Amino acid sequence: MSQSNQTEMEYNYKVVRQFTVMTVIWGIVGTLVGVLIAAQLIWPALNFDTPWLTYSRLRPLHTNAVIFAFGTSALFATSYYIVQRTCRTALFGGKLIPFTFWGWQAVIVAAAITLPLGLTSSKEYAELEWPIDILIALVWVSYAIVFFGTLIKRKTSHIYVANWFFGGFILTVAVLHIGNSMVIPLTWTKSYSIYPGAIDAMMQWWYGHNAVGFLLTAGFLGMMYYFVPKQAERPVYSYRLSIVHFWALVSLYIWAGPHHLHYTALPDWTQSVGMVMSIVLFLPSWGGMINGIMTLSGAWHKLRHDPILRFLIVSLSFYGMSTFEGPMMAIKSVNALSHYTDWTVGHVHSGALGWVAMISIGAMYHLIPILFNQGRMYSTKLINTHFWLHTTGIVLYIVAMWISGVMQGLMWRAVNTDGTLTYSFVESLQASYPFYFIRFVGGVLVVTGFLLMAYNMFKTMGAKDHSLEKQELTA
Amino acid sequence: MDYGTLRGIFTVLIFVLFIIIVLWAYSKKRKSNFDDVANSIFDENDKSDDNNDNEVTNKQETNNNV
Repeated sequence: MSQSNQTEMEYNYKVVRQFTVMTVIWGIVGTLVGVLIAAQLIWPALNFDTPWLTYSRLRPLHTNAVIFAFGTSALFATSYYIVQRTCRTALFGGKLIPFTFWGWQAVIVAAAITLPLGLTSSKEYAELEWPIDILIALVWVSYAIVFFGTLIKRKTSHIYVANWFFGGFILTVAVLHIGNSMVIPLTWTKSYSIYPGAIDAMMQWWYGHNAVGFLLTAGFLGMMYYFVPKQAERPVYSYRLSIVHFWALVSLYIWAGPHHLHYTALPDWTQSVGMVMSIVLFLPSWGGMINGIMTLSGAWHKLRHDPILRFLIVSLSFYGMSTFEGPMMAIKSVNALSHYTDWTVGHVHSGALGWVAMISIGAMYHLIPILFNQGRMYSTKLINTHFWLHTTGIVLYIVAMWISGVMQGLMWRAVNTDGTLTYSFVESLQASYPFYFIRFVGGVLVVTGFLLMAYNMFKTMGAKDHSLEKQELTA
Repeated sequence: MDYGTLRGIFTVLIFVLFIIIVLWAYSKKRKSNFDDVANSIFDENDKSDDNNDNEVTNKQETNNNV
């Protein structure tokens, strides 16, 4: 006991606990809103003729909730935990540390109020209006001070690779957010971008794709490079590869944005550069995935008994899948078929539910017992149930969206011999209904899994300290 | 020098820098150091975990041939 009290003083786990609990709660909220809007696409009456509940207003609420509330809370929790443990020192920053937590929660609450009211800058994944953007910038700069301050006062000579990924993610997101949010405010709730026309579109997708590349990839790779070796109890497969992985990933991602703007007013050469860079990105992505999965080499049997490890490793499989699919969809001729269809939605969710959510869930299950002085989670069986609910949910979701998306692409481009379109848009929509239902079912499974996770978490938190003993996971 | 040439030179510089990073990472001299670092996450002297018995204490080599 005295030992663990010592730690409380040495490492700041309070903020890690706060972000961990909020990760799970925002995970439920974000996916629940997702299920609601998925249901609205099948049963439009579910908006109850209320403007606040229309699809157009709830969709950005869903994306903001899962990316910035769930995903980013998980990143805060894990980066604060990892940077302290690997640097053998407590967090730097004093009052800035609680400010990052409360400030970030304030941003989320502000988003949950303003988006249903219809206050939006209409930039995808950057919808929040300028006063909230300023708060985000303040929180983010504080986050950078806390993180890099901790790195500077580290007691180790080397900076462990996970911190490189977190550092790259924090720095780049600051630049992206501030760059893309440059606006001229008109009133407190309305502003206009300082960038004109096609330049604005390019800025938006430079931001948008690097939000994917740095927030949803580099940050979570930081998580991966710590929690996969920890849970597998083996060092990372190749530390050398992890260094090359980092530099290759950060130097390539920044170029890939134009693939969101194929066949638009963007100059043709820019589109081609974006396409080529997106294809090259396949290499570092798969290098990282192989490095993570091969960490298990010689210990594959652990997958059979450890559902936490299974979450982590299956997340890497989804990462590999979506980073193969992404470069392929960035090819102009493939994009001509896939763009604006449900294929894109399926691709995003294989990355978001498969990679981002699963690696976070695995990391949280690893973290929660440590943070709340337990040897293990309240129920390992429930973790296993969660794993299967989540996996089945994703598979239903992405398979339905693939089929629906390719079908839509083919229907939209079909022409009769006289050159007229074979199908009207509404006909393609009607054909999509069965797949929308399958997607809805998949979403319900994912939310159910999150609810089990919350139950498991609160039971673990409520148990008497050290009452849950670590079990040997051998059968 | 026009803008295009400058950007070309910059691109080549970044590429050369990348090659240097790869050579540095894969140099034989660094191997034992990297093995130590890869294993460092296991000897955190986990003051928070009362039972250290599940921690891996024996050092393992990473596969640094790839």
